[in-house]
Amino acid sequence: MSAPAKSQPVTRTPFKRWCDENTGLFFLIPWIIGFLVFKAYPFASSLFYSFTDMNFFKGIHQYGIMNYISIFTDRKTTTALMITFKYAFITVPLKLVFALFIAYILNFKIKFVNLFRTVYYIPSILGGSVAIAVLWRALFKDTGIINTLLGFFGIQGPNWLADRNWALFVICLLRVWQFGSAMVLFLAALKGVPADLYEAATIDGASKTKQFFSITVPMITPVIFYNLVTQIAQAFQEFNGPYIITQGGPRNATTLVALLVYNYAFQSNEMGMACALAWVMFVIVMILTIIAFTSQKHWVYYSD
Amino acid sequence: MKMSTANKIGKFLQYFVLIAVGIIMIYPLIWMIGATFKNNAEVFSGIGFIPMHPTLEGYKAAVTQNYGGNINIWRAFINTYSYVIPKVIFTVISSVVAAYGFSRFKFKGRDLMFSIMISTLFLPQVVLNVPQYLMYNTFGWINSPLYLPLWVPTLFGTETYFVYQLVQFMRSIPKDLDEAAAIDGCGPFKILYKIICPMLSPSLVAVALFQFMWSCNDFMGPLLYVQTPSKYPMAIFVKLSMDADAGFSWNRILALSLISIIPQLIVFFCAQDSFIDGIAAGAVKG
Repeated sequence: MSAPAKSQPVTRTPFKRWCDENTGLFFLIPWIIGFLVFKAYPFASSLFYSFTDMNFFKGIHQYGIMNYISIFTDRKTTTALMITFKYAFITVPLKLVFALFIAYILNFKIKFVNLFRTVYYIPSILGGSVAIAVLWRALFKDTGIINTLLGFFGIQGPNWLADRNWALFVICLLRVWQFGSAMVLFLAALKGVPADLYEAATIDGASKTKQFFSITVPMITPVIFYNLVTQIAQAFQEFNGPYIITQGGPRNATTLVALLVYNYAFQSNEMGMACALAWVMFVIVMILTIIAFTSQKHWVYYSD
Repeated sequence: MKMSTANKIGKFLQYFVLIAVGIIMIYPLIWMIGATFKNNAEVFSGIGFIPMHPTLEGYKAAVTQNYGGNINIWRAFINTYSYVIPKVIFTVISSVVAAYGFSRFKFKGRDLMFSIMISTLFLPQVVLNVPQYLMYNTFGWINSPLYLPLWVPTLFGTETYFVYQLVQFMRSIPKDLDEAAAIDGCGPFKILYKIICPMLSPSLVAVALFQFMWSCNDFMGPLLYVQTPSKYPMAIFVKLSMDADAGFSWNRILALSLISIIPQLIVFFCAQDSFIDGIAAGAVKG
């Protein structure tokens, strides 16, 4: 008859019970502080500043939508937005097509697959560094090795970085060169496509090309989607390439939005204007992301 | 089974494309290594990478270069790692703690906070830069000799990408283990570092490696918050050197650039599987 005495319920004070129920919250305290201080507050005040003429030295003297008006009427900002779109629409598709193409070949029974994977992946790891930006300037210098190479074929290469039409393309190439991380994701996805699907298709007499578009691509749409969304977000924020390689030139031909935001905020101290421009960019990326998410049901295939 | 001719041609084409694209991808880096051993006149004389008259003058100039006696390559390395290493350590710890809270406990408001966390993945840094700068300015952190703006935020799980990845990984660890440990009298902290962390160690290594690479590459952070030349990290030092003498001393600036990425290359080659598995696992699960 001693058993009931042992299992007597332990009485907990309400405070202790609250603690038991919220242990998880305790572990999130640092994150909550971090979110409020380093994300939420800056996010909200950025929106606030965007409706002011905040200047780092002079402070705020005027409220209103003047920043937004000048963003959509000033040639400097509209050009930057146009160039950024152009940059994203060149970089993202090229990068994804390259990544998928190479991943597709690597997925055949290839020897030294790890060696190839490493070689293709190195640029993704180093590409963001200043060192690679320096290298890019050396490659695309007027007397750089790209032009020397073109010279062998009798082509007189342009002065890439000083040419309004080519400078942006050089900045794009720096990003396309870093297709390795997207490729690694595609490769992992391709390995996950069940082999019996291909076998069935081969028996039915479907060609390799047909199989690629009717089996491979649909099966890996979740990863295509993921890559697309992340690459668009990245492309719209590109800063290092234009800042280090071309300083936005020649004649603003490579002044992408992120660089212009920096110039407003930290060169001419027009912080209100910088915030407004950053917000315009943010809303554009948001719209593109929402479009991608809502279009998902038409083209992204989730097996589970 | 004998390979048909068509198959052989197919295989040949596959290798041909892989090797050709691989060479195009990697040749700039090989050329760069070669160019650092050339003399200045030779750097742009051809596209070959083997130096005709090997010289160490580029390296000698790179390691002795200093601006007004304030900053040289070694100082820049020390500066870089003095904030990159704390940043990596704090990111791992704070991300694990936050991920643990999100993935292992049920409490009111968890799902809401989780959605907020996910949505900050889509929050571009560009939007936050100006207010953060003004905030750090009121804290007196701008040009802080301890590089406070560069690493303090990582104490608070602000690197959402890593928190999110670790949540995904933790969810895949069976809960029975923690339950068994809890019955044995382990508190939540003990469960985290005795049970979860050991099982999670490959992902923790991946987080540390990626954060290391990204922090070494980070340019905008130091550009905004480090203004004293003697405190410049590598990224700013290389940029400064390039602006100072691109055009007449390319072997020096290329040697400097190459030295600046050697630590990263070493880390990459020692841990390449962790990198590649890390990137594949993180996103495919998401």
